[in-house]
Amino acid sequence: MVQGPWAVTGPWAPNQTPEGLRRRYVRSILVLGVLLGGLLGLSVLIGEPSVLFGKAFAFLTAQAARHGVPAWALTAVSLVVPCSIVLGLIQVLPIFMVWWEMKIAAHIQVRLGPMQVGKWHGVLQTIADGIKLLLKEDIVPTGADRIIHFLAPIVVVAPAYICFAPIPFGMGGLAAVQMDVGLLFVLGISGLTVIGLLMAGWSSNNKYSVLGGLRAAAQMVSYEIPRLIALLPVVMWGGTLSLGGLMDAQQGLWRGVLPRWFIFYPVVGQISFLIFLISSIAETNRTPFDIAEAESELTSGFHTEYSGMKWAMFFLAEYAYMFLAAALGAVLFFGGGWAPWPALNFIPSFVWFFAKTFFIVFLFIWIRWSYPRLRVDRLMEFCWKFLLPWSLVNVALAGFLILMRQ
Amino acid sequence: MTTELKGPAGTVNEMADSLMAGPSFETKMERISEHEMLLNMGPQHPSTHGVLRVVLKLDGEVVTGAVPDLGYLHRGVEKLAENRTYPQFIILTDRDDYLCAMLNNWAYCLTVEKLMKVEIPQRAEYLRVIAGELNRIASHLLFIGTFGIDIGAFTPFLYAFGREREMILDLFEQLCGARITYNYVRIGGVSNDLPEGWVEKAKKFVAHMKTCLKEYDNLLSYNPIFMDRTKGIGVLSREKAIAYGVTGPNLRASGVNLDLRKSAPYGVYAKFDFETSVRQNGDCWDRYMVRRDEIEQCCRIVEQALDGLPAGEILGKVPKANLRPPAGEAYGQLEGARGWLGVYLVSDGGLSPYRLHIRAPSYINLATLQEILVGWKVADVIAILGSIDIVLGEVDR
Repeated sequence: MVQGPWAVTGPWAPNQTPEGLRRRYVRSILVLGVLLGGLLGLSVLIGEPSVLFGKAFAFLTAQAARHGVPAWALTAVSLVVPCSIVLGLIQVLPIFMVWWEMKIAAHIQVRLGPMQVGKWHGVLQTIADGIKLLLKEDIVPTGADRIIHFLAPIVVVAPAYICFAPIPFGMGGLAAVQMDVGLLFVLGISGLTVIGLLMAGWSSNNKYSVLGGLRAAAQMVSYEIPRLIALLPVVMWGGTLSLGGLMDAQQGLWRGVLPRWFIFYPVVGQISFLIFLISSIAETNRTPFDIAEAESELTSGFHTEYSGMKWAMFFLAEYAYMFLAAALGAVLFFGGGWAPWPALNFIPSFVWFFAKTFFIVFLFIWIRWSYPRLRVDRLMEFCWKFLLPWSLVNVALAGFLILMRQ
Repeated sequence: MTTELKGPAGTVNEMADSLMAGPSFETKMERISEHEMLLNMGPQHPSTHGVLRVVLKLDGEVVTGAVPDLGYLHRGVEKLAENRTYPQFIILTDRDDYLCAMLNNWAYCLTVEKLMKVEIPQRAEYLRVIAGELNRIASHLLFIGTFGIDIGAFTPFLYAFGREREMILDLFEQLCGARITYNYVRIGGVSNDLPEGWVEKAKKFVAHMKTCLKEYDNLLSYNPIFMDRTKGIGVLSREKAIAYGVTGPNLRASGVNLDLRKSAPYGVYAKFDFETSVRQNGDCWDRYMVRRDEIEQCCRIVEQALDGLPAGEILGKVPKANLRPPAGEAYGQLEGARGWLGVYLVSDGGLSPYRLHIRAPSYINLATLQEILVGWKVADVIAILGSIDIVLGEVDR
């Protein structure tokens, strides 16, 4: 008899029997528990980064005063260092996020995903992929507009990084730049990306790319509107446009039980979050709204003609935007760095921030690998005829709630 | 570093332009007006299911004209038959429609047997039904998976293609040693008898398959986005389907209840209790659902065949060497996974066929494309193309 890979596939396989499954679950929970527990312990040891940075800066100031270093040098350091840290973080995070997406997608699709590179569950897969992309040939198609083709990835990626300036990664002003109009800044700058996508589509000298670029432009410009309006109730409640301020507005408990996060505000909070989530998925060009890329229709749309690191720039921008949207969601709806209950305050705020952010990232991934793609015209209809009216109704409802409380 | 690709007729783009705007397409497409553009979809395209090329005339995203261009996978199978002995040609039928090779083997052997008037043992007939229906399930599973990808849902593909179809291929591997090109059905019977324990595994698979259909329904069939993308899209009316000679699931989706297994039972199909799956609207969703329902019916047939499997020989009395059917002609057909799969055979009494022609259902179903694509958007083109379920190996032969 031929011995196929029978033993590991069908419903009769040993790892599918009830005992086998139970053993696997217990083992996974143990491994995950030890890993997460270790990480948590480490973060508790580190404590609040803002306190650490404050101490370091105080130490630097003292040293500078003793040695007569000019004040502008200190200012420069206090500007450059946080920005560099955030910039580094944004470039390293996709490495983890891509691996995370690969693994989650794989488990949704009844497979294992990368298991070889890095020994343990393919942890180094993305690094290997990155090296591969770095070494790949950079091809510019004949007849392409070379200058615009070269500039497009930069125009896409630069705003994605700039957007992270005012994001508070924890409490105590743990942001690269403290900004009074942080929310406005993030939403405004992220709108610039569409120019890059249009440039990429137009300059590639490929009809699919043109279609992709045009789709991207129409989609991103449209979905920015309900996204912005969905965030208005949050601003109305918080009374500020500063992201740190909005985060702090969610401090405390309702009747000592429910955290005062904006998502728990009756009806309005949930509608806001849903509209924000849907339009954010559309903004990041992910399934079910990935009509601009649409692998099966437009052969990847605007980045069809990009290869190597230039292509990786688009990829990086997508993940940066996904993280940005998730971070915004965490800060605006889930209380950012605040622990749900004061009893959990011993865990530093940046852990809460990242946990909530990655929960929303997980929502993104979950939705992406579950739904088919919408059609172009239906996508626009959904935005203009459904999301926009409801987001406006939502603003009115929020106003009504505020009026009631006064 | 950048690369300039130069060919004998200028740059790649110039060559493509001359191809696209050449007289043949220009006349077929009438005129391209100022606000229209030609889009060359394929032969290198992720969703043309092989090497089909469709030249689309677009007004924005709306298709105003479509010309399918075939022949990129032509291997001259019908001509090759004239240089092969009758049993040798079976392996080439595997390569026609490589997604349901069992049925291709069967259609060819059926025709040769018709010509030779051989009697086939009952057990062989049952084995053919079991293998054929399992292969039909495998083919429809692949359709469900790839149709999901066409619509943008990647996950159902790995459920249908990576899990269930893989189990069928494992069963086939145990049955005949091959996973794609089986060469299982032979003139006069089948090549191998069932290995030990195979029947139990097949029964387990059929039970598993039935539970999986619910999973597909939750994930894909009744997904609102999926229904929005497929319902009412690419309608092929009953009249048009008949006029074009469309057969198989595509015809049944247009409301014509015609299945060779029911209307003109061949083999032992008359003994089985099953229903043909019919839908009325002829849109993409109906074409999908007909195949989904057919999997259920195939499971029923396989169950009955496994239960009623008689003992006995698996190969009839056919000469092992120098097979020479009497001079004459025969046409045999059966219900393939994509429609009526017919083989027309002319023998001059020699060692190899004098002429062989295959009625490939995909090829005939494909002809409807140029009509039903017009007026839809680029995204719908992919959906319609996917729902017709063509296999280019069969189209070009």
